[in-house]
Amino acid sequence: MSDIMLRTENLGISFGGLKAVQDVNMEIKKNELYGLVGPNGAGKTTLFNMFTGVYQPTTGTFYLDGEELKGKTQEAINHKGIARTFQNIRLFSNMSVVRNVMVGLHNQPEFKCNPFVSMFHLPGHFDTEVRMRERAKEILKVFGLEEERNNLSCNLPYGKQRKLEIARALATNPKLLLLDEPAAGMNPNETEELVEIVKFIRDEYDMTILLIEHDMKFVSGLCDEITVLNFGTVLAQGKTKDALNDPEVIKAYIGG
Amino acid sequence: MANFFSNYKKQFKIKYYINYIVLAVFLVLMIILSSTGILSRSFVNLLPKIAYSIILAISLNLVVGFLGELSLGHAGFMCVGAYLGCFISLQLHTVIDNVTICFLISMVCGALIAAVFGFIIGLPALRLKGDYLAIVTLAFGEIVRNVFKNLPWFGEAMGLKTSAIKMPAKELFIISFVLVIIILALIQNLIRSKHGRAITAIRDNEIAAKAMGINVTFYKLFVFVVAAAFAGIAGVIYGHYVTPITYSVFDFNYSIEILVMVVIGGIGSMNGSIIAAALITYVNFLLQNKLSGNLAAVRLLVYALILILVIIFNNAPALKPLKEKLSIKSLTSKISKKSKAPHVIKDDDVQWNRIESKIKMDEVLSVDVKNSDGAIAEKGDRASNKEGK
Repeated sequence: MSDIMLRTENLGISFGGLKAVQDVNMEIKKNELYGLVGPNGAGKTTLFNMFTGVYQPTTGTFYLDGEELKGKTQEAINHKGIARTFQNIRLFSNMSVVRNVMVGLHNQPEFKCNPFVSMFHLPGHFDTEVRMRERAKEILKVFGLEEERNNLSCNLPYGKQRKLEIARALATNPKLLLLDEPAAGMNPNETEELVEIVKFIRDEYDMTILLIEHDMKFVSGLCDEITVLNFGTVLAQGKTKDALNDPEVIKAYIGG
Repeated sequence: MANFFSNYKKQFKIKYYINYIVLAVFLVLMIILSSTGILSRSFVNLLPKIAYSIILAISLNLVVGFLGELSLGHAGFMCVGAYLGCFISLQLHTVIDNVTICFLISMVCGALIAAVFGFIIGLPALRLKGDYLAIVTLAFGEIVRNVFKNLPWFGEAMGLKTSAIKMPAKELFIISFVLVIIILALIQNLIRSKHGRAITAIRDNEIAAKAMGINVTFYKLFVFVVAAAFAGIAGVIYGHYVTPITYSVFDFNYSIEILVMVVIGGIGSMNGSIIAAALITYVNFLLQNKLSGNLAAVRLLVYALILILVIIFNNAPALKPLKEKLSIKSLTSKISKKSKAPHVIKDDDVQWNRIESKIKMDEVLSVDVKNSDGAIAEKGDRASNKEGK
């Protein structure tokens, strides 16, 4: 197929009379780092929620790798290859770090295991468990969380919780990774580290990544292309530098 | 096959098997004591009741503690198992003379029928959440028992007469405790598998679980059906233990009593549920014996007081130091005089998987440690790391 990973056509949603997002047309190429920026309340997270099936778009549609995903459930969309992190961290806080990642691995075909096989401890159960744990540890190694694998995820510092969320999303083996403000709450050192990790994921796993971020330095240092949203509509689109220097964008951010 | 055993070894932990061992020891002890005649007849008669209470409590704990949904219709599923299972057993008894065989066959049938009911109720009801699900399951429990009350095949208000298939308590308690161990094993195996992780993930954060591609509807329904099936088995035991089966037993209060067992034992704690179910049943028995005659009116009052005291003891912050002193962990550490491990939990109101994750399970069962070469290498690495720091 083409080299477009995610394409939206006049995507929009309204809640009652409020048009939260209108007529968004985007094209994200394969293996691209794409940024989504905009002031608070511009509809960035709403757009994410539409891509992952939390909200159903009221107008328009979107395609992942040429396949229309509008109207599918969250689970189905994840199976098709979109994984996400959340703006307010949503880890399984009562589980250890490694188990969080193992939940992410749940649907991988190589770890298929019928519930009854597990209940009766038939052959295959232990094998699956051991392999899952190994795989989860490998993923945690990428994020430098290997040492913490047995801690409760709610006991991790904030920056590491963000990383764990990315690791968990990555475990679902997606084609497109949606990161909702991955650098929020991180200190400059951690942000720098995160830039490296995001780049590493893109190269290593041949991943397409769409991220929301407020930190302009982060965006301009990382993203190939961006879309700027304001009041639910596209304000500017294109190469990061051009879009950020667009007078409309500067106006929206600084005012005037 | 060799692969199976090596992987089994990697996952083996003695901690997982302690409750089976304790239950088995208890069962053997009871068999010996009852055969020598030390135990009073009324106590032996109580044992099957303890067994099916445990089954009810652990299966409800699966729904409440691990799936995180409140179900108040557990007695309803038990009712289905009791009436329909024993109906089948009665029919079988006309052909097969041996009651035990009738019991085993009807147990499977009762479990399957209760599972079907669980599926039918769960399919629409599990779209609801929290209080609403509780209300629907509550309504289900009431509907079921009233339907059975009015069906002529089941003796209407007089109840289903099961004296033909009534098993002697001496036999029944052995079978039912074996069933307890099997059901406990099935539930714990489920919880400790990838499916158990998915179920607890749904409890912890449903939105995130969905975003991870976990089929939430499937797992909710699955847990609901499994719990209903086990409640059905408890119902079949009840039917072979008491005669006649009357509709009034499976009322709302009984569902609440099962929930009380789960809550007092600790939501999400299987061992807690077992102990609480056994103790509450025993306390009820004691009160019924001691406070008979004129004092019968006081019985419920005393029962309620005991429950309140237990709950206060469980939750009062002022009693925490006392509880810590009395906890098994501090007792065992006193005996072995070991210094506390670095990852011991301070938090007392922990749930099962918290305890699980705190104890460095990876270290114990991971491949690195079990492979003799790997173990040395990794431990060596770690030691040198610490020195480096």
